[in-house]
Amino acid sequence: MEPFERVVARHGRTVWRVCRAVLDEHDADDAWSETFVAALVAYPSLPPTTNLEAWLVTVAHRKAIDVLRARERHPRPVETVPEPPPAPPHDEAFARTDELDAALRGLPPGQRRAVVYHHLVGLSHREVAEVTGISADAARRASADGIAALRRLLRDPDAAPPAGASPAAGRGRVATRTSTPTPTPEPKGVR
Amino acid sequence: MTATPADADATRDLLAGLDPADGHLAALHARFAASALDAGAVDVAYRTLDSPVGRLLVCATDVGVLRVAFELEGHDAVLDRLAATVSPRVVEAPSRLDDAARELDEYFRGERRSFDLPLDRRLSKGFQLTVLEHLPDIGYGSTASYAAVALASGSPRAVRAVGTACATNPLPVVVPCHRVVRSDGTAGNYRGGMAAKQTLIDLEAHA
Repeated sequence: MEPFERVVARHGRTVWRVCRAVLDEHDADDAWSETFVAALVAYPSLPPTTNLEAWLVTVAHRKAIDVLRARERHPRPVETVPEPPPAPPHDEAFARTDELDAALRGLPPGQRRAVVYHHLVGLSHREVAEVTGISADAARRASADGIAALRRLLRDPDAAPPAGASPAAGRGRVATRTSTPTPTPEPKGVR
Repeated sequence: MTATPADADATRDLLAGLDPADGHLAALHARFAASALDAGAVDVAYRTLDSPVGRLLVCATDVGVLRVAFELEGHDAVLDRLAATVSPRVVEAPSRLDDAARELDEYFRGERRSFDLPLDRRLSKGFQLTVLEHLPDIGYGSTASYAAVALASGSPRAVRAVGTACATNPLPVVVPCHRVVRSDGTAGNYRGGMAAKQTLIDLEAHA
């Protein structure tokens, strides 16, 4: 077996996506750490044929649900304090992340998990079904419905760029959508 | 409904904000390593540190320091062997090695003459263990010949075996096999290469 450290390096992002599909950022931190501690304990006794990624997704999903349930029983006190509205973001990457986060949170939990596990984690619909305890057809439908709903929620993100926003140079993850207002309509026809 | 590769790319772009930033992953890892140590789930903890003989890999079990490795040995290859022979629960958990890192730093600055660290000797057995346990008798800044070490180890004819024992010392620097040299005064073989051995001998001679 390879050193566990390499498992963490290879699958850390995937586990994060699973945790974030279920939880907000703060709670996802808890679930991420707990997932890898639990995986480390079990690691030496895994059968050699184990699909590590699928196994970690299952562990992460369960840990995230555990954290979610614990949070529902004991809400963080800080969450009850009303916060001032956030300042308009100047960094499009962060703006997009917040926007996406809000949109994902607007999906029913089943759709959200199906979207993230299939499209971001890379599980097949059948594997999504196994992890979340629904049928493969239901997983396929939830993923398709979730993507459609996300597109509706995120429609036309360029409509109102924040004043003084600069192109998100160097932040490659949003490189396909620039914040620079363009005089010509985009070819995708999303406007 | 068939998804084209372009659709898949578009979906990936749509969801890209859900990835952690690199700095965040490092913070998550630090937290995981601390929890894993607390839970007693880390069998081999490791860290790396810079030194005058290159980047060193230092590994420890809960017994003590298990392995010190030079870059020349290939740190990944060393970790692979530890995973196979000791335990696959190998985690970069630097805090277990705080004392070792501090003492090594002091040694390389010429401020420390002997190490006061618990050692895990499980990677050495039999005659090698006997030889390595005698090495701290060679004082800081001095050297001994392979033949002299063989004599001290109770097997005066086992000069070649002493050479092998030193050349495969799992705890170089901390267990001072670099102080064992050829009878003609040249440095002789070393896990970290002959230049590294000479560097350590010179460091001790001038400190």
